[in-house]
Amino acid sequence: MAYSEKVIDHYEHPRNVGALDKNDPGVGTGLVGAPACGDVMKLQIRVSPEGIIEDAKFKTFGCGSAIASSSLITEWVKGKSLDEAETIKNTQIAQHLALPPVKIHCSVLAEDAIKAAILDYRSKRSPAKAAE
Amino acid sequence: MTTATATILKSLAEDRRNAPARPVYLDYQATTPLDPRVLNAMMPYFTEKFGNPHSRNHTHGWEAEQGVEQARQQIAELIGADEREIIFTSGATESNNLAVAGVARFYKDKKNHIITLVTEHKCVLDTCRHLEQEGFEVTYLPVEKNGLVDLDLLKRTITDKTVLVSIMGVNNEVGVIQPIKAIGEICRSRHVFFHTDCAQAAGKIPLDVEDMKIDLMSISGHKMYGPKGIGVLYVRRRPRVRLVALIHGGGQERGMRSGTLPAPLCVGLGEAAAICKREMATEAEQLTMLRDRFYASVTRRLPEVFLNGDEKQRIPGNLNISFAYVEGEGLMMGIKDLSVSSGSACTSASLEPSYVLRALGVGEDLAHTSLRIGFGRFTTEAEVDYAADRIVEAVQKLRDLSPLWEMAQEGVDIKSIKWAAH
Repeated sequence: MAYSEKVIDHYEHPRNVGALDKNDPGVGTGLVGAPACGDVMKLQIRVSPEGIIEDAKFKTFGCGSAIASSSLITEWVKGKSLDEAETIKNTQIAQHLALPPVKIHCSVLAEDAIKAAILDYRSKRSPAKAAE
Repeated sequence: MTTATATILKSLAEDRRNAPARPVYLDYQATTPLDPRVLNAMMPYFTEKFGNPHSRNHTHGWEAEQGVEQARQQIAELIGADEREIIFTSGATESNNLAVAGVARFYKDKKNHIITLVTEHKCVLDTCRHLEQEGFEVTYLPVEKNGLVDLDLLKRTITDKTVLVSIMGVNNEVGVIQPIKAIGEICRSRHVFFHTDCAQAAGKIPLDVEDMKIDLMSISGHKMYGPKGIGVLYVRRRPRVRLVALIHGGGQERGMRSGTLPAPLCVGLGEAAAICKREMATEAEQLTMLRDRFYASVTRRLPEVFLNGDEKQRIPGNLNISFAYVEGEGLMMGIKDLSVSSGSACTSASLEPSYVLRALGVGEDLAHTSLRIGFGRFTTEAEVDYAADRIVEAVQKLRDLSPLWEMAQEGVDIKSIKWAAH
């Protein structure tokens, strides 16, 4: 199976690899997937007091498409507000990376990861509100 | 060597020199290249000696027949059989279908039970599934953690209704060698036929149908440097094993497999068998050296690397290794200049990793991190060193990228986390 050039580019030069301090109140962490399924993504965002995503970092265990999907979404969310970042759909990721049907779940996982990171950040800021 | 062959081999070599660098081939369990000596033996049977080996009335038929019969003899010698017990087929899949379904159907009025292993090749397992629908009973025995059959369990599972035990010689994924002789003895003492799929074993380890009390054996041409599209089923004559044919027609191959024999392929498989018989011992030594060199080179530099399948009872040409915290398909993408195989099935819709590794009790997480690395007749030391370097580099890079590796370094027990299935 051949990967698209964009997937190869993200795989060979992943953007924003790394970790942020998960105990920092300004940092939201999303950990999705499962080792048994062959995909785990950890996506972290640092959010400014104005609600803008200033930085994003990821680490991914998975195939090339999973690595590319998470690398791409860290690029996309940087500079966006939380509300904007929340609107990113897996279909946009799949389309941008030209993922074949069997790899669509990689883009779904990336969408889940950013949503989980945003939720984590919000629950740290106001636990009651996030739980609603 | 004929001039025609020499010209072709020369032009092939020329093409190779001019072509861009090819990936290193380390997937000898998937298929093997044809040995040039085999090609050389086959060539005349495509052109000058093109006759139908079943044509009984002219020279063209006779010379093709002679080639086929010599091949039958060569194959028989490799496994200690009589040439009349060698049935040519299209490959090991057909041989396995014919052996399992053929024997089951022939004896169905007396016996209806078949025993096999959960780690068998799909062509044995799927045939068994079909037989279950026909009303046969099949027991799929588990294997031990090292991939080997539990002989006591096998003994206990045989009943008066058991007609056939089908257990492979060497596993295609993990390379472990089953105790064939012990299985043969158990089966013979209980008057049960013993079929063994030796697609991965023939030409690699010594096999003797008498000593090992084997009643049926499947062999594949392209796993032993022979041509693709041909295989053999050994069918014992004394005591006689009978079977219902799958392919009907002109009654060739003693009625067990009709169809015109592909003489060039038969000749090629014969020559491949002769070469294996001659060179098996030295080749095994060479492969052991390469395998050990590779394994040492990788494990010296990488922690958390696990060998799947028994350490000792395995063929030298196979390593199945889990590189913890690095997903197999992602790893393969990082080693594009190596042709290896992954135990992860991330490409399939099911997301299920290898059923063979699961049967060995390898956790799903580790099963996703495995590579099968196969060495063979044409593998060089330089290739092995190169492959080890590339794999170490890729694993290190991907571990830096892996959240699981990060957690492991922080002392987090990955099994303690409640992962959401997806």
